[in-house]
Amino acid sequence: MKPDDRPLDKDIRLSNVDRRFGQRQVLQAINLHIPQGQFVAIVGRSGCGKSTLLRLLAGLDRADGGQLHAPGAARTRLMFQDSRLLPWKTVLQNVALGLPADSIAQALDALREVGLEERAHEWPSRLSGGQRQRVALARALVHQPQLLLLDEPLGALDALTRLEMQALIESLWLSHGGTAVLVTHDVSEAVTLADRVILLENGKVAVDLPVDLPRQRNSSHPDFVRLEHYLLQRVLQGPLAGETPAPAPERDIEFARLHWAL
Amino acid sequence: MSAFRIASLKRQLLPWLAPAVIVLAWQLAAAEGWLNSRVLPSPWHVLEAGWTLAASGELARHLWVSFVRAGIGFAIGASLGLALGLISGLSRLGETLLDTTLQMLRNIPPLAILPLVILWFGIDETAKLFLVAFGTLFPVYLNTWHGIRTLDPGLVEMARSYGLRGWPLFRHVILPGALPSIMVGVRYALGIAWIILIVAETLAANSGIGYLASNAREFLQTDIVVLSILLYALLGKGVDISVRLLERRLLAWHPALQTAL
Repeated sequence: MKPDDRPLDKDIRLSNVDRRFGQRQVLQAINLHIPQGQFVAIVGRSGCGKSTLLRLLAGLDRADGGQLHAPGAARTRLMFQDSRLLPWKTVLQNVALGLPADSIAQALDALREVGLEERAHEWPSRLSGGQRQRVALARALVHQPQLLLLDEPLGALDALTRLEMQALIESLWLSHGGTAVLVTHDVSEAVTLADRVILLENGKVAVDLPVDLPRQRNSSHPDFVRLEHYLLQRVLQGPLAGETPAPAPERDIEFARLHWAL
Repeated sequence: MSAFRIASLKRQLLPWLAPAVIVLAWQLAAAEGWLNSRVLPSPWHVLEAGWTLAASGELARHLWVSFVRAGIGFAIGASLGLALGLISGLSRLGETLLDTTLQMLRNIPPLAILPLVILWFGIDETAKLFLVAFGTLFPVYLNTWHGIRTLDPGLVEMARSYGLRGWPLFRHVILPGALPSIMVGVRYALGIAWIILIVAETLAANSGIGYLASNAREFLQTDIVVLSILLYALLGKGVDISVRLLERRLLAWHPALQTAL
């Protein structure tokens, strides 16, 4: 149930994956095959289990049942909704986090890719929200991850910055390769970026839709609009997630783990 | 001289305006005979007494003794507090074992154990060091614990997903994250160190500023008593300034410290 790493098979496979929090079944018998190099977007209402699925793929959480095969923590990098930059490290030191000591040049290259090379020696608190997310993206990509997980990374940004970030994520994913899984509740963002959109409803895969539009997608193109409209209708039709609010287990779990970890 | 430099000079001098006015008023009151010199000697007399003591080398000796006592006592107490705070902040077992005991000890005013300490160690150096260490341990302990426990779990989760474990996790994430809180404990502990030392030296010592004051009281030398009090004020301010400079260096990243220099 732990993400293992068979070097030959770089695809992600989930069969009958379950996850429960107490009484609540958050993920039910998820079956999914994500070929290497695919960009998948997972959409759904709040509490549908999409973040839980991402945490399973990241190895931050364990499934209660089923088989999960993913690249493993060392080859997976995660980008969060909040940038989670360490405020006591400079932008460059943040990007170099977890790299060997002699990889400053590499970190600087990654910063150049996101256009923030000249801010390398500033504190993160001096950057705007969009710039911080760009640094977080550089920090994730500098490891050349086999799997890039994006947990609503643009959710807290304004509309214009979001569009810029979408273009940046797309171009960096195209140049770096690797598999990407994006969790979002912005259907338009999903259609802009993904090869394939998966809609989760109450912990089950409700829709699994390929997006066969040529890249650098134009959100006013009729095909784009049709797809976006279909997905949005489908999300809205779906049942509301259960009355119980989505559990936020990570705080307690991590808090407890931190103290045993050292 | 630009307007900016005048403004910055003003900012540096303005805090000293109130103390200067108080000293001037005091000098005036003494010179006009409104103040009996047995009650409160004039600033000038205090200065003279200071000069005489300084010239004989007496002042430097007492100052040094007090300074060393505060320093060693604080170093012992703060290191213990830091170590215990780290243990109980980082491990549940450590907290279970330590916290109740420390919370009980914390509520004992350090000066309440003075009689016992004098019985144990006499008016020896050990007594003073023990008291200062005892008083400084708890603020550092509490703030270290608090700093670790209020760390953003999101940052720890991020660091772990980037492969940081054990010592690197501690060095790059937990310790710097807890540092602002630890520094609050350090500043508070330094204040406490002086208070305890003054009282301890007044009651049981044969050197140090506190001794200087209590000895002068015996001989009704009010000028020396007042001098000792002023010395404590200046020393306390001096220590506070140095800790603030240290804070500026260690916490340069902190948004709250990036304004006003």
